[in-house]
Amino acid sequence: MNLTSFLQDKHLTVALRGEIDHHSAKDIMRVLGNKIDLYLPRVCVLDFREVTFMDSSGIAIVISCVRRMRQLRGEVVLRSVPPQPMKVLKASGIERIATLEDERSLVHES
Amino acid sequence: MKAENEMTLTFPSRSSNESFARAAVACFAAQLDPNLEELNDIKTAVSEAVTNCIVHAYRDCLGTVTIRCRILPESVLDIVIRDKGCGMEDVEKARAPMYTTGGPERSGMGFTIMESFMTSLQVTSKPGRGTTVHMKRKIVQRRKNA
Ligand SMILES: Nc1ncnc2c1ncn2[C@@H]1O[C@H](COP(=O)(O)OP(=O)(O)O)[C@@H](O)[C@H]1O
Ligand SMILES: [Mg+2]
Repeated sequence: MNLTSFLQDKHLTVALRGEIDHHSAKDIMRVLGNKIDLYLPRVCVLDFREVTFMDSSGIAIVISCVRRMRQLRGEVVLRSVPPQPMKVLKASGIERIATLEDERSLVHES
Repeated sequence: MKAENEMTLTFPSRSSNESFARAAVACFAAQLDPNLEELNDIKTAVSEAVTNCIVHAYRDCLGTVTIRCRILPESVLDIVIRDKGCGMEDVEKARAPMYTTGGPERSGMGFTIMESFMTSLQVTSKPGRGTTVHMKRKIVQRRKNA
């Protein structure tokens, strides 16, 4: 599992991609946890732009990321979430524990 | 109710079959001409049910998962996903949001998603015998040259 990531101003951005299900989630969770432990970011941004499918296994990934970031007193931002994973995330009320970033508001701000 | 078409799929409970199973059901469902959201809802619900067979029903062993899909009158897709695994003592408790016996790798949202993404969900289970998940999804028929 090779997740692309970059670090800037204590913001760790990790690009998720492909189909996220139980089969792929194990590796993603481990690699993501290792990156957070290594870089100790203040904000962890999960970029969903290239996620083509996600089931509830993806919710467990976000929850584990939020847990780790809380230990660092940091937060988690979910960026560019396509409609299918968005519907799954919203069904679980994820917006109560992580920030859903809206693409359009981002464009207006910059 | 008489089915207009049907298919049955049997495969071993390997996690690599999760993507195959949801893709196969989506291909079968395509004959009802669903839109993208309907197709994605079906794929997501199938992924949840099949994953449960793999991670919970056959936790420490390999078993057989069976999917039967039927097209019922009035554009209803009927899906039955069955395992002969460990089963559940209390189905109501298992269906509650956030309930999981799977530890931090699971979210406990599988049944909640199946329920909200499909038109109906019925779960029957017997400890030591296995579990049957029966879901239906009505596909809205849109006018072709609208
Ligand atoms: N096919 C099955 N066989 C045995 N137990 C099951 C099955 N499906 C679900 N369960 C039980 O129901 C619980 C809730 O399932 P679900 O809502 O999909 O959440 P999760 O899979 O994240 O645990 C599981 O943790 C498990 O205890
Ligand atoms: Mg599940």
